[in-house]
Formats: sequence, C-alpha cells, structure tokens
Amino acid sequence: MKAWRQSGFWLPVLLIIAWGIYIILARQDSAREHAFTLMMFVGLASSLNILLGYTGYVSFGHIVFFGLGGYTGFYFLSIHNLPLLVSALLGGLISSILAGLIGLAVLRLRGAYFALATIGVNEAARAFVSNFEPFGGATGLSVNYSVYQSYGGPGPALWTTFIYLWLTVLVTVITSYLVKNSRFGLGLLAIREDEDAAMVMGVKAPQAKTIAYMFSAFFPGIIGTLYFFKNGNVEPGDAFQLHMSIEMLVMVMLGGMGTALGPILGAVTYEGLRGYLLTSPIFKDLHLAVAGVFLLLIILFVPSGAVGWLRERFFKLRKVLQ
Amino acid sequence: MILEVQGVSKRFGGLQALTNVGFNLDQGRILGLIGPNGAGKTTLFNVINGVYAPDNGRITFQGEDITGKPPYEVASRGLARTYQVVRPLQELTVRENVMVGACFGREKQPRGPAAEIAGEVLEIVGLGDRAEQLAGSLNVAQKKRLEMARALAARPYLLLLDEVLACLNHAEIAAMIETVQLIRDRGITIFMIEHVMQALMTLSDEVIVLDYGELIAAGTPEEVVHNPQVIEAYLGDPKIAQRLLSQESD
Repeated sequence: MKAWRQSGFWLPVLLIIAWGIYIILARQDSAREHAFTLMMFVGLASSLNILLGYTGYVSFGHIVFFGLGGYTGFYFLSIHNLPLLVSALLGGLISSILAGLIGLAVLRLRGAYFALATIGVNEAARAFVSNFEPFGGATGLSVNYSVYQSYGGPGPALWTTFIYLWLTVLVTVITSYLVKNSRFGLGLLAIREDEDAAMVMGVKAPQAKTIAYMFSAFFPGIIGTLYFFKNGNVEPGDAFQLHMSIEMLVMVMLGGMGTALGPILGAVTYEGLRGYLLTSPIFKDLHLAVAGVFLLLIILFVPSGAVGWLRERFFKLRKVLQ
Repeated sequence: MILEVQGVSKRFGGLQALTNVGFNLDQGRILGLIGPNGAGKTTLFNVINGVYAPDNGRITFQGEDITGKPPYEVASRGLARTYQVVRPLQELTVRENVMVGACFGREKQPRGPAAEIAGEVLEIVGLGDRAEQLAGSLNVAQKKRLEMARALAARPYLLLLDEVLACLNHAEIAAMIETVQLIRDRGITIFMIEHVMQALMTLSDEVIVLDYGELIAAGTPEEVVHNPQVIEAYLGDPKIAQRLLSQESD
C-alpha cells in the first residue's frame, strides 16, 4: 500500500500545500491571520478525527490537549527561552504523554460515559492550571517582547509561526491518512464498528485506543503552543474553552468523520459560516446556537458528513475521497 | 490434544451458567455441542475464547494455560470463533472485514498479504464477488459466511462455530455443510454449537450435551441422540419421548 500512488492521499495533501504557498506568496497580513485561524481548526479537527472518526470515541473535551500542550510549550518558550519549534514539539509530546495517562483511565469507559469523562478532564485541567503557580495561576503567562527579536521582529515572527502551523497541519493530515490506511488503522476501524468483536478477532483494543488517543493529542499540543505564541500570552480562560471542543466536533461531523478529507472541508466550511454569523447583526450572539442546530441536523440527516455522503452516493469516488 | 477444558464453572449473579464442565478435543476432529436453549453453550464458548474469565477451572489450548486471558491474546494463539448473532463491521467492506481477521489473528499479516488472504478465503466461503460491497449490505446467509471467512482468515488451529446453520434454508445449509467439511480437510479442528441435528449427525465425530450448565452426555452422534438423559433434557419425560419416537418410526 504505497500512499503516494493514491489519489485519495494527494487530494487533501495538495490542498493544504497549495493553500499555504498561496498565503506565503500573497504576503498579506490580514489573509495570513484569517488562514491561521482556519488552518488551526483544520489541524484540530483532523487530530480529533483520528480518535472520533477512526476509533468512534466521542471526545467532548478534546480542547484540553490544545490547552495543556499550549501551556507547556508556552512555559518552555517564555520561562526557559527555548526556540519556538522545540517548545511546540515539547508541548505536543507532553500533551501526548498526558493523553496516554488519562487514556488509561477514561478509555475504559464507552459511549456517553467516555464523552462525559472527557468534559470532566477538561474542567479539571482548567481548575488545575488556574491554581498552578509555575503556569502563572489565574493570570497566565505572557512572552517578553524581546523574544520576538530572535525571529527578526514581531512581523517576521508571525510569518514564522504561520509556516510552522502550516507544516504541522500538513503533517497532521498526512498522519491521519497514513493511520487510516495502515494495519493499525484497520484495527481502529474495527473497534469503531464493534469493539467486542474486534477483540475476539485479535485486535488489542486497550492498547490501540490509547495510541490513537495519544496521536490525536499530539498535534493539538503543537498547535496550542503556536497559537499562544502568536497571541503573546496564555490564560486558563483561553486555553480550555469547552465551546471550541464542541465546534471541533461539528467540523468533523460536518465534513465527514472517518475520512482524511472530511475534517479539512468541515473546518473551512464551519469557520466560514461562523465568520458570517459573527458579523451578521441578527446572529452575532447566536453562533453557538447555530452550531448546535447544525450538529443536530447532521446527526439526524447526514450522519456520515459531506464526504461520507458523497462516498455513499458515488461509489466510484471512494478511491479519491479518503 | 488441542483443547482441554477442566472443571470450568461460571456464575452470573444468581445464575449458575456452567457447572464443572470438562472435556477434551483432539486435533483435526469436529466436536459438536448441543443442548436446550439457555443450557450455557454460548457461555462455554465465551469462557473458552476469553470473553469471560471462568470462576473455577482451567482451559488449556495446545498445552498452554489460557484461562482468563483476554480474547485478543487467545485469538493470536490460533483460536477463532464466529458469533451466533452475526456481528459484521457494517461500515467496512467485506474484504476489509476479512482483512481484520488476517491482520490481527494468528499470523498478524501486514495489509498487502492480508488483502490477498481475504480474497482466497472469500472464494472458499463463496463471497468472492462481493468483496468490495459494504458488509452491512449483505443478507443473513451471506453475513454468516462472512463470519466464517473472518475466522478463517486468521488461519486458526481451532475454530469455534456458534450456530452457523441457524436461519439458513435447505440449500444454504447443504452448501454450508460442504464448507465446514472443506475447512476440516484443511486440518482445522472444529468445535461447533448446532441445533440442526441432521447436519450435526453428518459432520461431527463426537457430540457433547449441556443441560442447565452441566455436561450430561458425550459420545458419537448416534449414542447421544439415543441417550435417555438427552431426550429428557430436550423433551421432558423420557417415557413420553420414547413413545413418541416409536410411534413416529411405525
């Protein structure tokens, strides 16, 4: 199974590559900022999809890894003056390790119990960080302005951050595709369909679920670090926003869970819609309510999402729409 | 001896599902398991392949104690099973379903070879032309065959078949009997729960009978069906049963 010979691999990958190159060549700060937010959600949704789409475990508190990883990375960056790339990777790594530990406990639960437990984990992490002095407690941390000097000033630093984010998202999407089409991924899909039957066929479900959870926590940790570096500060209120978790779910469901392409389309569509709602005078306070209605409609009428729906309708497209 | 079950008991709350069950199964044989509904047949399968740990007793597979090991450990040692109520992985294709067996069963094949094995096995069970279909779209008889294919793709030493003939019509039963014989000819030992007596008589070398969680008889199929205790378990009073049987033969 050689990924680079498959059209299903190239479609999402080329999409991300072309998007990044276009933004870099255009060199407009406003376009970059817009793309930063969009790409961040593409990355987050794709990471969540590794757990939600492939393994079938609904994590309502997945933003916890964005928060914890972001905090950790930011801590290394601002307190220990480590380079951005190293800090971000450390953020991802630690977020992944934490996922492994949390997973040992919460992945024993299934269905709604698991979903509830993940919300609990998010709230617990927020409460912990708010009272954790090395992370600045309730006021959080901020970077010293001089940090930007090593990137050639604040402007170039923002471009560097964008490029790192772009590459991270690219790696996330590639990982997502490779996981799905690997032997490991087949085990995950079997768990999604029927965990008990999968175990009887020899899938080591406890181990496989934990590894999937760790994968899906790694990239949000990196993305969190990059996002808070761009903002220049991090506080508990920004890091563990439950509504972002729910929006990530909507994006994955909208685009089509269990596909590598789906979360990309879902994230871009949802963010576009949200941008419109936030600026419209009627809906500006209601965008979360609209997200809720959306989720309901998707679950009721197109549970497989946009890409899933296309795959069902046009069987020939299955090879392309992975 | 491929499988040894010694003194196995299992209790669910107030229900004693299995009491002191013990038997041996030799390599290359077909052993049948019969018993009235609720006798504990499927529970016995679940205890053997690790879905439940027994409260007492010991299960030895190929000389190794597998008592209480999780199902995936048991599967990787070469013991595969099918479910009475079929459990296909609905949203995966037929081929992918079978590949799960090949990838995670005894041989732990990588994806490429697993796809080839899936192709071969699907030919054996007669689903070759349905490989790319979603498993959820098959009918019941085909799903039963898919269960079988999944178990076979693991290349097991021992196969537990849980009522593979239930819900099938006459033609389908005949075809399935042939498939089971084919599997035995490949050297795989089979332990099967079956209600279709005619099929069981043709296929099994030996039959054991469970009633209320206890083993009440063992022997060749002919011995077992004429055993008064077995007839009583199925039909109640053996005298009435015997009378009915003799009336029928007149």
